[in-house]
Amino acid sequence: MSQHDTVNYEAVLSKFREDPFTYVDIHAMHTGQIRFHVHEGDQVEGLTGDFRHIKGTLLCELTRERNQKPIHCTTKGEVSFVNKDLDGKFVQAGEKIMTIRHPLKKREIIEQILRKVLVPFAAPEKAKYYFAMDIQSRIEKFGQRSVSVKAGDELFTMSLMKRDTPVFYAGESGLIHSVYFKQGQSMEQGEPLVGICPPEKIAVVEKVITRVKAEWE
Amino acid sequence: MQEIRKRLTKVEERINYIGQVKGSADWGNIDSVAQRFKGVQDAIFDLSAEQMAEKIHNLEEELAFLEERAEESLTGMDRVRIVRSPLRFSLKDILENVYEDYTELGGEEEDSIDASMVCAKATVSAIIKGKTVTQQVMVIGHEKGHGEEYRNGGCSKPWGNEKALRFMMVAQTEGIPIHSYIFTPGSFPTEDYPGAGQQIARNIYAMTKLEVPIISIISEGGSGGAEAIGCSDYRLMFSHGYYSVISPEGGAAIEGKVREGEKIPAEMVESCAERLKISAADNLRLKTIDRVVDEPVLGAKRDDFEFFKRIKYEMIRATDEVVLKTKSLRAFRNYEMKLKRSTKEFGDDAHIDVSWELNRDELARLLDMRSKKYRQMGCEGLCTKDGILGCLANRVKEKSSKYFYNIRYDLLHSHQKQVKQVMHDVTSESSAVIKHVTGPLAGIFGFFTRKPDTERLPASRDLDREELYDNTYTSPLANEDRTITCPNSEQSGCKDLWVPDLYGQFGGVCENCGHHFPLEYQWYLKNLFDRDSIREFNSKISARNPLDSPAFEKRLQDAFKKTGRRSAMITFDARVHGVEVVVAMLYSNFRNGTVGATEGEKFVQAAERARMMRRPLLSYVHTTGGIRIQEGTLGVTQMPKCTMAVREYVDAGGLYMVVYDNNSYAGPVASFLGCSYYQFAIRSSRVGFAGPRVIRDTTGEDIPPDYHSARNALKRGHIQGIWDRREFRTNLHKSLMTMGGKSLYYR
Repeated sequence: MSQHDTVNYEAVLSKFREDPFTYVDIHAMHTGQIRFHVHEGDQVEGLTGDFRHIKGTLLCELTRERNQKPIHCTTKGEVSFVNKDLDGKFVQAGEKIMTIRHPLKKREIIEQILRKVLVPFAAPEKAKYYFAMDIQSRIEKFGQRSVSVKAGDELFTMSLMKRDTPVFYAGESGLIHSVYFKQGQSMEQGEPLVGICPPEKIAVVEKVITRVKAEWE
Repeated sequence: MQEIRKRLTKVEERINYIGQVKGSADWGNIDSVAQRFKGVQDAIFDLSAEQMAEKIHNLEEELAFLEERAEESLTGMDRVRIVRSPLRFSLKDILENVYEDYTELGGEEEDSIDASMVCAKATVSAIIKGKTVTQQVMVIGHEKGHGEEYRNGGCSKPWGNEKALRFMMVAQTEGIPIHSYIFTPGSFPTEDYPGAGQQIARNIYAMTKLEVPIISIISEGGSGGAEAIGCSDYRLMFSHGYYSVISPEGGAAIEGKVREGEKIPAEMVESCAERLKISAADNLRLKTIDRVVDEPVLGAKRDDFEFFKRIKYEMIRATDEVVLKTKSLRAFRNYEMKLKRSTKEFGDDAHIDVSWELNRDELARLLDMRSKKYRQMGCEGLCTKDGILGCLANRVKEKSSKYFYNIRYDLLHSHQKQVKQVMHDVTSESSAVIKHVTGPLAGIFGFFTRKPDTERLPASRDLDREELYDNTYTSPLANEDRTITCPNSEQSGCKDLWVPDLYGQFGGVCENCGHHFPLEYQWYLKNLFDRDSIREFNSKISARNPLDSPAFEKRLQDAFKKTGRRSAMITFDARVHGVEVVVAMLYSNFRNGTVGATEGEKFVQAAERARMMRRPLLSYVHTTGGIRIQEGTLGVTQMPKCTMAVREYVDAGGLYMVVYDNNSYAGPVASFLGCSYYQFAIRSSRVGFAGPRVIRDTTGEDIPPDYHSARNALKRGHIQGIWDRREFRTNLHKSLMTMGGKSLYYR
């Protein structure tokens, strides 16, 4: 029996039942003076619109070199923590400024469980990642879940310190089932970028999805 | 009893109709009439037939009085409600009752490429000298009734307008007049191929020189949608119809700056409908239509059969009148027509013998009259500040220039061209003969006297390296010590840009992703054209407030003060790498680059100047927000007027190019800009017919954020290329040379 067949679904699901939220920390993207626009307990909207083009609630503004950079919420939920001490003060890049508590939807729970079931391909370094041109064009043409990769394929372009380095896939062959990163977004080392599903394990993945769909309200 | 029931139904219909038209069920004492009607209706089995007839008669009399009163106090919005009433007649009723016979073309009912546009070959007959004379016409118009579920409210999609154009061409081939019926609140705002704006522009462009008489009649004339089939030789309008630049609701939302999703107050809509001067009487006064066709009290309905006779009479008379004007022998018939017009009589025997077939000379006269008609349109809405002496001097200057250029190009240049052509043929012939004789000798000579590679001729791109930018000009936007975020920073990872660098060295372009930040129009004046080559003309023609809107007067004065200019269009002569061009430039600072009568007139004069001076005409659109709504239909008529000017310029051999920048929307894009064969856009610009909000309001659907992007415009073939701002000058010069050829005025 493979590792994925041994996943304890009961334990995973009860964990989600106990705390059906995910906590999204908002960090200052660079240095600057911060001014908050929300308080703890406020309900906030994420990206909306058919094309996810309408910006979410304005959380705060970061002023740097007289450039006011609004930070909008990307996740729907509730403001569970605001670092009020920073209001009106100068913050360093990367400093945690608030947390959004996001109630998990069925789809998101499936995504999180899939992370455990699928074969992850982790970020080799903290950097920005883009799909390799060939992969990107195949995704655009056939859709993400129809693109297969095998060891040795150029999967990503890693952009770090103004250098673009190709990243080659190493692992079991399979289809790109899930994508966990946004192109151009900085990813921590070890964070999963994609979840690869070997063809023979598709049945297991479907089983997980069906189970969550049936059991979760 | 059957008769009583019918009369009761009719009375109920009239009560409801008055309430609908006045926008309230308690207007006048209509509610008390309604209550009395209810009483009569309930007593139908208690009263005798005579008693019922008498009570119904009383109600009918009272209703007739109320209708008269309602008619006297009709407001702009009442007219809009009349036109939108489901009881109002529509094109199918006209086809059934005005024409003898018809066959629908390009699909039928719901099985049509666009059921909101109906095209039909029809026959119309008139009794002339006791004989029935039948003539063929092509009927084209919008249909919003008789199958409302698939008519799309009379809003034609681009393919519907294309169908109309196709059958206009058929009419031209067959030499039969076109009767065009306008029943549309506006065109359907989609950018699906070829795009609403593009198709309207193509329609207007073709109609300006369509070689058949075109008669149009407006019931509901909603801006661009109406113009798509409305460019005609004779423009009629129903007395209870409306013809407007925008729907009163849309106009109120813009003028009142009402946010999307918020309810627009009814009073605001009412007053906007009044300000827009949308009624037939207003349009006749503004000379945007030629004649009003009277309707019965509170507008004609589907069962007003007497009214259809009036339509038939008016359409035949209008066609006769247009055709007669082109005939050499017409004096007596003209006189008779005037006589009959003054008596206002109409009937089957009221027609005059006019054949609708035209010969070549008559067609030329028809097109000339159409041209003159549109040239004059909208001239009410502008004023010149030259004074009498200035005007006189301008006219003298204009005349002398005309003669000078006629002699230079028509006489000398054409003669020189012919001589050159002959000489070229002769030398080519002789060299072909000589080559055979001297070829072997020249080969031997060349072998012994071979030189290194000949010098390369300078390419046009090399020219730009000499002078890329005017170093003396720096955008005032650069005078700020701060950084700015590129809108693509999330997707492309662009770093913050330091403003002096961005607007100075980088020419307003993000160095990472190439996003173009908007720049002021002065930057283009300084960097696009040769130094000190700009010579502005017509700068004194000034925008006006022709509809006397009180709020607009102040806004107009503010625009004068803010820009130091008199209109949203700058017209000037300039040079691009030595190539002389005439430029018409719409810029954002003055009322968001909207086009009114002044801008239209300046554009037409620029086109005429380019034609006279044999120079390429460039429309550079820094920004245009469409037609200026405060000028009402005077603004809308600039669409055919300017397109006519473009058509005549292009037909005379001119090279017309359009370059879009920032935002270009609505009427201008759907007419004199969109009709150009050569359209380009600057990167990051947006080009389209209706803005996102209008699309959401009209269709109820959201659009992707890149819906109007230049890239999408390129994909659907609207534009021919996307230019980087920093290479604008080079690309423009290259295009002038490529598209214009050696003489730049290619025929």
